[in-house]
Amino acid sequence: MVTCTTTLMPIYMVTLMPSNFKFRRLLLTSAMVAPLVASLPSLAFAALTKATASELVNRLVGDINKVIASGKSEPAMVRDFEKLFIKYADVPIMARYALGVDGRRASKGQMRSFTKAFQGYISSKYGRRFREFIGGSLEVKSTRKIKTGFEVKSIALLKGQAPFEVTFLVSDKSGKGKFYNMFIEGVNMLLTERTEIGAMLDRRGGNIDKMIADLKKIA
Amino acid sequence: MRLMQRSVFAATVLILTGMLSACATQSVEQRAAGEFFDPFEPTNRKVHAFNKVLDKAIFRPASTGYVGFIPEPIVTSLTHFAVNLSMPGVVVDAVLQGDFKTAGNGLARFLINSTVGIAGLADPSTDFNIPRADTDFGETLYVWGVGEGPMVELPFYGPATTRDAVGIVADFFTSPLTFSPVRPVDNIGFYASLLERMADRGNFSDTIDSILYESADSYAQARIIYLQNRRFELAGDGVDGYGDLYDDPYADIYGDPYAE
Repeated sequence: MVTCTTTLMPIYMVTLMPSNFKFRRLLLTSAMVAPLVASLPSLAFAALTKATASELVNRLVGDINKVIASGKSEPAMVRDFEKLFIKYADVPIMARYALGVDGRRASKGQMRSFTKAFQGYISSKYGRRFREFIGGSLEVKSTRKIKTGFEVKSIALLKGQAPFEVTFLVSDKSGKGKFYNMFIEGVNMLLTERTEIGAMLDRRGGNIDKMIADLKKIA
Repeated sequence: MRLMQRSVFAATVLILTGMLSACATQSVEQRAAGEFFDPFEPTNRKVHAFNKVLDKAIFRPASTGYVGFIPEPIVTSLTHFAVNLSMPGVVVDAVLQGDFKTAGNGLARFLINSTVGIAGLADPSTDFNIPRADTDFGETLYVWGVGEGPMVELPFYGPATTRDAVGIVADFFTSPLTFSPVRPVDNIGFYASLLERMADRGNFSDTIDSILYESADSYAQARIIYLQNRRFELAGDGVDGYGDLYDDPYADIYGDPYAE
């Protein structure tokens, strides 16, 4: 009995001592950290770095070039571009930004169907433009850290034209590294689309459902 | 006649600069957010509608015909020719801006392309890796610290800030190689730049059509695209007017799509 209490005593004492907080905190943190440490390799892989951000843009450009070179019909290409758009872009955040202030009065269901319509609209609008890129190339020039992620600057070289700048903004705030905006010679895609979506809404007396229905028709 | 030409120019510049000084009220933040100052919007929209009619009836068909029927190397050659004729003006503007590097490049390009490049029809300067030289009087005014001023839609041209409108008018009437109403042979620069614009209109037909004829509000689209692009051209990278355009959609006040 006595030996038992003596052996137990120090531990009991320790837990009562003022420093016990330190001890417990240590235990607690190590308990929490252990699984984190185990999963560290996968975390490091997922987190966006300068290198992975520019690699993302390179892969995107490579995939776009593949679609252009496939020689498929225009509707088939647009469908392929839509898949790439979903894969590489943070579509929900882009759609919400494009809807702007009107997003506040949109229901969850409206937001969902708008996001879907927006995705088709962007794919078809910009996909058709990519035809002008046939025979051209996009080279990543530099990458730098910005508040939300990374800015990847590239130069587009098209036949018989002065080179122009295309910039992608990449972030992993969605949980995955994805691009969320694009600038072509300073023209902000999201801002321009917000203007367009706003004009479409104005034309339809602010009716979100009508606008979504018409957006689907364009796409 | 020269005198009349100059007085027309002087009057236009006076009117336009009057507009400039009257309205320099926009803050840096407003400009960075892609905002614009467009107090004459109703008038501008009317001019825009006129420009669209003109484009549809004349400019678009002429341009698509031009790039469709004339072989590409000739179109490119004529564009080189027009760009070369604009070089003396570019050099003058670059000097006025204190940008002697661009002035030197422009001068070198003009001398080389006018001789080796057969009167500017070819562009050997690019093969010799001489950087492109491109500026205008609108940029000179920007360098001198003149504000953008209100938006104006110029007939036969498109959207411009007042500052750029002054620049366009000044460039047009002062370039010795561009405009002369009395000696038609002197107008070669004007015709050449018209062909250059037709080549652009024809080559980028789909993109321009999508802005003018497929958007819900072509005036608003043309205005915002022009303004962003021009500010980018003038400010370059990371200077005012560009840096803040990186506003954060993830921090948008309208709600978080990842909240669910």
